[in-house]
Formats: sequence, structure tokens, C-alpha cells
Amino acid sequence: MSAAAAPLLELRRVSKRFERRLDLAGRIARRLGANLRETVVHAVDDVSLAVREGEVVGLVGESGCGKSTLARLVSRILEPSAGERLWRGRAYAEYDNRASRRERLAVQMVFQDPFASLNPRLRIVDIVGEAPVVHGLVGRGERDDFVAQMLERVGMDASLMRRFPHQFSGGQRSRIGIARALAVSPRFLVCDEAVAALDVSIQAQVLNLFIRLREELGLTYLFISHDLGVIRHVSDRVVVMYLGRVVESGPTAEIYAQPNHPYTAALIEEVPRIDARHRSYVPIRGEIPSPLAPPAGCHFHPRCPHAFERCRREVPALREIAPGRLSSCHLNDNSCS
Amino acid sequence: MSALVLEVQGLRTHFFTKAGVVKAVDDVTFGVGRGRVLGLAGESGSGKSMTGYSILGLVNPPGRIVAGSIRLGGVELTTLADRAWRNLRGNRVAMVFQDPMMTLNPVLRIDTQMIEAVRAHHDVTRSAALDRCREALVRVGIPSPDERLRGYPHQFSGGMRQRVAIAIALVNKPDLIIADEPTTALDVTIQGQILHQMQLLCRESGTALIWITHDLSVIAGLADEVCVMYAGRIVEAGAVDDVLDHPMHPYTRGLLDSVPSRNTPGRPLAQIRGMTPSLLRLGDACAFRERCSRAVEACRLAPGVQLSSARALRCVNPLA
Repeated sequence: MSAAAAPLLELRRVSKRFERRLDLAGRIARRLGANLRETVVHAVDDVSLAVREGEVVGLVGESGCGKSTLARLVSRILEPSAGERLWRGRAYAEYDNRASRRERLAVQMVFQDPFASLNPRLRIVDIVGEAPVVHGLVGRGERDDFVAQMLERVGMDASLMRRFPHQFSGGQRSRIGIARALAVSPRFLVCDEAVAALDVSIQAQVLNLFIRLREELGLTYLFISHDLGVIRHVSDRVVVMYLGRVVESGPTAEIYAQPNHPYTAALIEEVPRIDARHRSYVPIRGEIPSPLAPPAGCHFHPRCPHAFERCRREVPALREIAPGRLSSCHLNDNSCS
Repeated sequence: MSALVLEVQGLRTHFFTKAGVVKAVDDVTFGVGRGRVLGLAGESGSGKSMTGYSILGLVNPPGRIVAGSIRLGGVELTTLADRAWRNLRGNRVAMVFQDPMMTLNPVLRIDTQMIEAVRAHHDVTRSAALDRCREALVRVGIPSPDERLRGYPHQFSGGMRQRVAIAIALVNKPDLIIADEPTTALDVTIQGQILHQMQLLCRESGTALIWITHDLSVIAGLADEVCVMYAGRIVEAGAVDDVLDHPMHPYTRGLLDSVPSRNTPGRPLAQIRGMTPSLLRLGDACAFRERCSRAVEACRLAPGVQLSSARALRCVNPLA
């Protein structure tokens, strides 16, 4: 069982910086002494993550925390500025040859917006069938049968394959997006807010589809959402991000029962729940700071009720606080000593 | 209950399109009392937003209010002249929209926009109006309001913009605020802050609030009463505790059951089969019957509204 030891997918200290270069006028102005600097956003800052085969890892965080950038790094849409990405224990770069093409298809992505992510000018049969034909997984002649099979797998009527995306509702488009990802037989799905745009009753149907597909095909998911209820429902393990860094991770049940990081605690506390009536909201103060100028030390300190001197100076390390649980908070040191 | 600020009776807003008549709002009746919060819940296309627009007289052709009455503090709104509307909107009844970037004018400073709202309705000097604006910004929790008043919308974060939109709604101390999914686009922690402030404001000032949302958990925490809408009709209404603890309409029940946090993690969610029907092809029958597990033959007839003491229900075969 050596395969079980190496995670299916691993990120080691991955960072992604987005830089805006100065334009010509800016560079001239700087030559002349203007105080202009290139702006850099650390969208993902030193993130390590391991996903084992068959596991569902939920990634939560608010807007600007870097969760979508991380999804794009995992699915090769973006290249990291630093750090290593490994698939079955080998670096992504080792798969960059013709022979490993199949293996590269093993990571697929399901996108957030079921309207923007489907080409409005293509029929469903082309949207779903294009990739497997290009990659030689199915012959051109067998394409229609194959697409029919894929559509049935995601719970859609195969006779609709000649239609265009605008003829479908949001829930059906989500299913088409999932069928497109599944068409190249992936092992790993990156779902970036895949149910965020859907109504509650349709969201339940699509979540059920994800759960069923996982059982039927033995898929592994990185499931990204801002909705803590959804994450709790689908994931085995949760990773919480704040301004580009992982602040806490661990088994889902434990994190929800006993969050360690003050941010996780606040996030779980804030979620509106059906059984919490007429509540008096006691919100976290302040706003999410701009990722262009994140606060020094722990990014969360300006909003944290427990912040002290050290939090303003020093970045807390992500350390193990219990078996399988990581948290980055200076408070954990205090309680130990 | 105290006197009702708003009373809506048998409201019907229909759209006369080339494809046919779309009954966006069909026989809707409800009321809101002073300082009370009414949650209007429903999925996309259920007519919840259009109900809000109808109350404010914001229905554009081909849409039209074809029947019903809307009374605000005893004044009938459906027959109001344009001039009277101008006097009313933004003054006695205000609206907060989902996207604050659409509400705020991007090329005007916040103070210009807010002062305009005050002086449209009150004969006060610029500086007196500015004082009111400052006060409104403080009430919605904006730090350093003087500095913020001189800013432009693009200098504000999403949460801050929504606060400004709420402050503009509040600035003339209206009797009623209609909020159309104002926190849907915001992050959880920011949503918490805004819900907190809205709650305080209604308690303090006695402003009635209609909160339109698809999220029943937000209504659970915020509202006193709830109306659940489906395909243009209110299918169930009542006090929040009654409706959410003992839903009687199969649709309400289905919605509550499909919320992930109420299900065992990892197990399939209870789901409502099928999808929302097109509003074009609706007859008099119960619009939910094709998705309903309790549908019976009698559902083909128009289900009447059954009223108990504090509960309204539109179902012929309700859950016990």
C-alpha cells in the first residue's frame, strides 16, 4: 500500500503573486523621481496542501482569500510563482510530455458560473464531446453515444444533446459543466463554487450528484465554497483560508465542533442557521483588508478579539495542534507554556 | 399586533409579453407592522422581487398591476399619481437593492448623492442635510463618516457600499424599507454585520422592514414573520417559528429539508425533484403539484388560501 502513503495531489509551499508592471508613462515618471512602485498581490502565500485518494477536501474562505487562485494552480490554469505541485508523488513538470498526456487529464475543473463557463455558440454534444475526441479517448464516430452516456451519468436526458446552452436552466447547465469535466475520465475534480449560483432546491440536487459520482467513480474532490453549510455537508477535511494563507485545517466534524483559530470560530458563528431564531448578531468587526496591502504579522489581527502585541509583528506558523489538525495562531503557544 | 404600516391585498402583477401573460405576482396578500421584519422567501422566478417593485410602483411595461390594493399607512398606492409617488418614494418608503454598485452613481461623491435624497423631500439647507447624512452613516456603522462622505463609490468595498445604500434608504426615516437580497453578494462576516445593524435600526426607529431573500436561514435569524412564495403566489405565511418549525406546505418543507446544514454530512440531501415551472404555462392549479410528493387529484383546482389564527396556507393536502 505504498500508493496510500503518497497523497494523490500535493502542494508544497506554493505561492502565486500577481504583479502589475508599470506602463511606459509610469516608468518615465519613476525615472524623474516619482514614487511609483509595481503593485504586487500575494493571492496565494506559501500554501501547503495534501489530498489523499478518494478524499473530499473542502476549501472555505471569503472573497479575496485566494481560494479560486488556488483552484487554478491545482488545475494547471495558472503556474505558481514559487513552490511545488505534485501528482501521485511526482512533480507536475514530469508529466509535460506526450506519453503522460492521459495523466494530465486526471485533474479537471468544474467552474462557478454555469452561464459564463459554457460556450453559447456550441451545442451540448460539442461542449461535452470535444475534449475526449481531441485527446483520442473516443473515436469521432462514437462521440454521440459517448456524450449520451455522459449526460445520463449526470442525470440529464440524452436527447437534449443537440441543444444550445441558453435552452437550459441553471441547474441543468451545472450538470453539463460536470459532464464536460467527467468526459476525459478524471480522477480529481476541482469544484470552484460549483453550486453557488443555484437555488436551494437545485443546489441540493447538484450536491447529491457530486456525492453519487464520488461513490460511483471513486473521485477525489477539492471542493471550494464560501458556504460553510455546503462544505460541512460534502467534505471529509476542511481547509480555511484568509488573505492568501491557510489559517486552519483538519477533519470536518472536529473543526465545526471546536474551531481553533479565532477566524474559523467567527466564520462558523456568523453562518445564519435555520434553528437560530431572532438572534442578535454579534459580528466580527472590520472588513477584509485589501490583499494589496495586507496587515503585517497575522493577517487577521486587526479584526481578532484576542490579538496581542506579537500578532502585529510575527506571522504565526501553521503548526499541528492535534493529530491531523493544523492551526496558525499565536494563542496556541500561550496555552502550551 | 400594532397597526399595520403596509397592507397588501390580492395583488396581481402581470406581464403582457408576446409569448403570453406572465403572472409574476398572483393574488398576494400580506401586511407588516411598525418595527416588524417580514421575510419574503422564494427561489428565482418566484415573484418575490416583483412584489417589492410593485409596492414601490416600479413595474415597467409590459408589466402592470392588474388587481389588488397596496395601502401604506392607510393611503392607497395603486392609484397614486406620479407626483404623489415622487413625494413618497425615498421618503416614506425606500428600497435597498441587491447590487450596491447599481444603486450608487459612480461619478458622484457620496455626499452629493445623499444630500440630493434629503433635499428632494425636505426644505433644508445643504449643511443641515449634510448633518442628517452624517448621522445616517454613523447609524449604519461607517467609521469616520466625514471622510467617507467626500469619497466616491469605487473607493468603498462591497460591504461599505451596501451600508451607504442602506444609509440613503434610512436618511429620511421612512415608515417602510424594502430590502431585495441586500446581503447575497456579500461575505458571511460582512453579512453578519449588516444583519446586526438592520435589526438594531428597526427596533430603535420603528421602521417596518421587508427582507426579500432566497436564504431561509437569514430569515430565521432576522424576521418576525415569513411569507414563502412559489411561482408568483404565497404558499405559506405565518410567524417565523411556526412556519420553520412546523411547515405545512410541502414546498416549504422541501426547501427546509434541502438546506445542507440540516442533513447528516455526507448523506444525500433530501431534494425536491424537478425544477421551477415556467410562469407562462401556469393555470389555476397548484404550481407545485408536479414536483410534490403529496399531490392529489384536487391539486388540479386552484387551491384556496386557508387561514387559521395566524397562518396562511395554500394547499389542499397539507402536512399535518
